[in-house]
Amino acid sequence: MTKGLAAAIHWQNSAIIDVADRTPTIKSFFLRLSEPFTHSAGQHVDVRLTAPNGYAAMRSYSIASAPSDSSVIELAIERLADGEVSPFFHDVAQTGDEIELRGPLGGHFLWPGEARKPVLLIGAGSGLVPLMAMIRHRRDRGRPVPIALLLSSRTWRDVLFRDELLGAEEALPDFSLALAVTREPTRRSSDFGRRIDIAMVAQVAARLPGPPHDVFICGSNAFVDIAADGALASGLDAATIKTERYGA
Amino acid sequence: MVTRGFTGRRAGPEVSDRIPPGQHLVDGFPVLSAGPTPRIESEAWTFTLKVGPRSVRAWSWSEFGALPQTRMTRDIHCVTSWSKLNTAWEGVIIDDVLADAGIRPSTDFVLAHSYDGYSTNIPFADLTAGKAMVALKYEGRPLPADHGGPARLVVPHLYFWKSAKWVNGIQFTERDEAGFWELRGYHMYGDPWRQQRYTND
Repeated sequence: MTKGLAAAIHWQNSAIIDVADRTPTIKSFFLRLSEPFTHSAGQHVDVRLTAPNGYAAMRSYSIASAPSDSSVIELAIERLADGEVSPFFHDVAQTGDEIELRGPLGGHFLWPGEARKPVLLIGAGSGLVPLMAMIRHRRDRGRPVPIALLLSSRTWRDVLFRDELLGAEEALPDFSLALAVTREPTRRSSDFGRRIDIAMVAQVAARLPGPPHDVFICGSNAFVDIAADGALASGLDAATIKTERYGA
Repeated sequence: MVTRGFTGRRAGPEVSDRIPPGQHLVDGFPVLSAGPTPRIESEAWTFTLKVGPRSVRAWSWSEFGALPQTRMTRDIHCVTSWSKLNTAWEGVIIDDVLADAGIRPSTDFVLAHSYDGYSTNIPFADLTAGKAMVALKYEGRPLPADHGGPARLVVPHLYFWKSAKWVNGIQFTERDEAGFWELRGYHMYGDPWRQQRYTND
């Protein structure tokens, strides 16, 4: 919690040090902070782009990297066809460019610091980003926490951080991965070849060794509503469910 | 700092003076909330006016619907950076709520409360003189649950997290007490024209 925060969180410059293609519509941007901070998994930064005429556009992007003291953060940004800021990142931005940002921001959709109890993560598309920070944090910390991830994507190629997630499932005995692939047949027996529904949420939650103590859901409003209804129908308390909805 | 290669899409001159700095126009009506959408039947809905811990008046849905209904069309601004112009609301302005209860404001500060445990603080001066309402309708129709139905607070001149969804009461408080987001890093007042997004902006 950031209660009692003494000073405003101010704008700083960062430099793009690398760009990586993740899926046909998502790229990762690695930003070196001029004033390093350590975020909590689930937090975001506000990015501000300024045109030569002084017009400025601002957007919030979740941080995909795990908390660390490396001074580099990763943002994974989906290109929205009618967007103003995401097409700039995909089509114009390149290594060496300076990007103005501030953070870390957000005091609710946060990895529960010392959690050891089961956690259920549900995301769609680039809604995986804040959840990925949590999974990476758990992996880096090496401390057992049962985590189940239900991730919805259009096709196998659209599964963000796919190889890393498959590797995490191999490496971490208490991490289980369920993909919901909506426009292709499934490739793994643990996956679902349909859109998310209430029964699917219950089935994935049941793969945890006990009822989840925390549920994090991130995606479009329609997706989040179904996922949250599924969690409630599985008997989970509304107070354990934290949601982050895309604002469009 | 100018961003290399960024030109952006500034809104046209006919509306640009209605868009606060850092905001962009949307046509749709995005939905944002911190948890599951509560489903409250209007028959079960009540609205309670409190002074400190003491309840001074409560209205049922039908009693509240019998209060004077006012229409208000305003631009709204979300802290996540979207703005929407000409949103049309209908409901009971806070002045009429207090008039019906027959009370005068006892302090300068108010906390709005919601069914899901959400709360947000607003100075009383920002709720009175027709500035804010408890809205029961949006664009002439009952307010959908996603947008805070059956009733939400609408305080259009502040960032929209102050317009508590699923509202079930307002409470006068002795001091300016932080609500849900204000305890989690967001600004105590939230004026979009001064970009008061986060604590101490």
